[in-house]
Amino acid sequence: MSPRTKTAARSTKGASVLDQRAAQPLATTNGARSQGDRIGVRKTYKLYIGGAFPRTESGRAYEVFGAKGELLANASRGTRKDIREAVRAARKAQSGWGAKTAYNRAQILYRIAELMEGRRDQFVAEVMAAEGLSRARATRAVDAAIDRWVWYAGWADKYPQLIGTVNPVAGSYFNFSVPEPTGVVGVIAPEESSLLGLVSRVAPVIVSGNAAVVIASESRPLPAVTLTEVLATSDVPGGVVNLVTGLRRELVGHLAGHMDVNALDAFGASADEAATLEEVAVENVKRFVRPPSAGLARYDWMADAAQSPYLIGEYVEIKTVWHPIGA
Amino acid sequence: MTLTKKPESRPAPASWGLAAGEHPWEYAPAPEATDHIRIEPEYGLFIGNEFRPSKPRKTFTVINPATEEPLARVAHASKADVNRAVGAAHEAHRTVWSKLPGRERAKYLYRIARIMQERSREFAVVESMNSGKPIKESRDVDVPLAAAHFFYYAGWADKLEYAFPNRDPRSLGVAAQVIPWNFPLLMLAWKIAPALAAGNTVVLKPASTTPLTAYLFADVVRQADLPPGVVNIITGPGEIGMELVTHPDVSKVAFTGSTAVGKMIARAVAGSGKKVTLELGGKAANIVFDDAPLDQAIEGIVNGIYFNQGEVCCAGSRLFVQESVYEPLLDKLKARLGTLRVGDPLDKNTDVGAINSAGQLAKVQELVESGIEEGAEIFQPDCELPTRGFFFRPTLFTGVSQSHRIAQEEIFGPVLSVLTFRTPEEAIEKANNTPYGLSAGVWTEKGSRIFKMVNAMRAGVVWANTFNRFDPTSPFGGYKESGYGREGGIHGLGAYLDLSGNGTNGR
Repeated sequence: MSPRTKTAARSTKGASVLDQRAAQPLATTNGARSQGDRIGVRKTYKLYIGGAFPRTESGRAYEVFGAKGELLANASRGTRKDIREAVRAARKAQSGWGAKTAYNRAQILYRIAELMEGRRDQFVAEVMAAEGLSRARATRAVDAAIDRWVWYAGWADKYPQLIGTVNPVAGSYFNFSVPEPTGVVGVIAPEESSLLGLVSRVAPVIVSGNAAVVIASESRPLPAVTLTEVLATSDVPGGVVNLVTGLRRELVGHLAGHMDVNALDAFGASADEAATLEEVAVENVKRFVRPPSAGLARYDWMADAAQSPYLIGEYVEIKTVWHPIGA
Repeated sequence: MTLTKKPESRPAPASWGLAAGEHPWEYAPAPEATDHIRIEPEYGLFIGNEFRPSKPRKTFTVINPATEEPLARVAHASKADVNRAVGAAHEAHRTVWSKLPGRERAKYLYRIARIMQERSREFAVVESMNSGKPIKESRDVDVPLAAAHFFYYAGWADKLEYAFPNRDPRSLGVAAQVIPWNFPLLMLAWKIAPALAAGNTVVLKPASTTPLTAYLFADVVRQADLPPGVVNIITGPGEIGMELVTHPDVSKVAFTGSTAVGKMIARAVAGSGKKVTLELGGKAANIVFDDAPLDQAIEGIVNGIYFNQGEVCCAGSRLFVQESVYEPLLDKLKARLGTLRVGDPLDKNTDVGAINSAGQLAKVQELVESGIEEGAEIFQPDCELPTRGFFFRPTLFTGVSQSHRIAQEEIFGPVLSVLTFRTPEEAIEKANNTPYGLSAGVWTEKGSRIFKMVNAMRAGVVWANTFNRFDPTSPFGGYKESGYGREGGIHGLGAYLDLSGNGTNGR
């Protein structure tokens, strides 16, 4: 991989961790060029909708800064229209994704982990830049994010046996209850934990067959965009995960109020934000997942408690089926 | 009745040998006895195991919808009464109920189930007098199922750790429960049984037209010697329900009723952190394929929409018939409608009783008028209706299109809209074309088709070759705008527990 070799080679005094990055955000090429160094190729951070990487229809961007205040890149400033497009793409993709066998979805989620592993260094560099973590801590976060996909992949063909039931009704009927994906789920990604937090919320949404529309962290959106590049090449059908970056106050209300979104994960929202969103979400009786009561500030994304099969259960519907027993 | 079209008269087949105008099914009256029923002239609010007048003292009259005669006056709760009731429940939770071992809570619930069984006839008669539902339904469905719910959830009370392993299940506190008038006692049981089993205390508000079996249940609570404040029952209009669910000391809100009111409640409690379950409206599709056993399907269709006068949130109000069997099915269905007996709810032969209130009857009439105006064709059997009370003929509409109001809106009355389809895909498309998603029915002899349809229905309960069956072990609840959360079974138990111990937010 020549770009990485190049950036590593030109590591100079005062250069940030960004110099270790495989991708080429603005900051990596803002520093003084070493002699004989080539001009880096910067990445344009775009939206991810329906399996494609469109620019925002607004044609606008906002600046993303690293933890030390350095400019990292311009990110797309998504709009209400982008949210609508994302919901449309999600709705289109959901039935096919939900109809895949659980075994198939398990393999696809596992494939995401495989491809993230291949880009591990890139993710570490991006998380270091975005969150200001040490290399060791960023590595732990990335590894946890990868492992989280593996963990949820394993649940795809198991959670229904945990959540579903056969019901011994008092009559001559065969009666059972099975979980089904709720449909299109909006996810407001946590602001702080740019990658692990995002993966922790999206994996349990899609593992059961939902399609997601994700609003990325506003201040730390770049690892999320890089994750979509992994999704695009992991056999996850286009539209199953859609990502919109931008200013949250311009986006979250439209996602919460959208009539074709069935559920909203506001775990990553602030308490104030969440109260308003919960009210807006009532319009079409959305299932609504609230932020933790103790707040997100000290939420431990690395903990075992940040992953749960019951979290999958927040985004499924229980369907009960009755059938008479007779000759 | 303000119908613009006269009900169609269907003579019995000539082979039956009846004289002109003679009804094919003549029954002698068979009224259920009411002499053993004691309805108090006035009921106070049930708070802390005592009936107390509201403060300020204010009452409203509850009537029998089949006769329009007053049955009793009941207390009209004030905001101060809501505070008293929630206060009693809060105190009971804190000092008694949450500390009681599950096995002891269980025994209280078993007691309640047993007393309800002992007093079942009393409950059935009062239920029919107050709600208008036929005695054969209150006697054979509502009351036994209500007792069964207590019996079922009693057994969970000391087994919560097995129900939710590694989740540290805890009671929530005070549950505020607001229930509708269509199944007054059964909805009470659906609400109170799991709440108490999970270790919560409750304040329940029955619908203002149907509080009598709730107050009869209050007497059961006293007979069972439940600690004061564990079950509290207050009556009043919708605003009182809103005061109740928004009370700061309420941790759990459970509502069954219309989607419009459910949304009002959900908005009012948004951001409060209260755990909420909503069981709202429906517009169920009942889909009949050409290979279905038609006679069974007819019974299922009739049970689906005329059970409880169609005042059922999961009623099969949209009938989809495969075109190839449309005519024979319609002939049979119309003939069957002619044999339904509409009238005195206390008569054991009555199939369709009284609509619950004048207001509901007006709503049904208004929607039926809209069906006629929008061009659908109405059919009603030529049955006689009592001169007093709120009655409506079993009605079906043919020539209904998807856009008609009678195909879109929940009527909550004995009114069926009949539509047709050709392929399973078309049936799926049409059946799911509604903001609701509570229930659905499928009729076919082909097993693989049943499961294709079952999978495709965006609805929380799907009945295959049956309809309107309920059981305490069987989760019930909606997709989409029919609400969220489940009642019944282990899922219904979880709705009354704090399960936030492990990763989830425990909605």
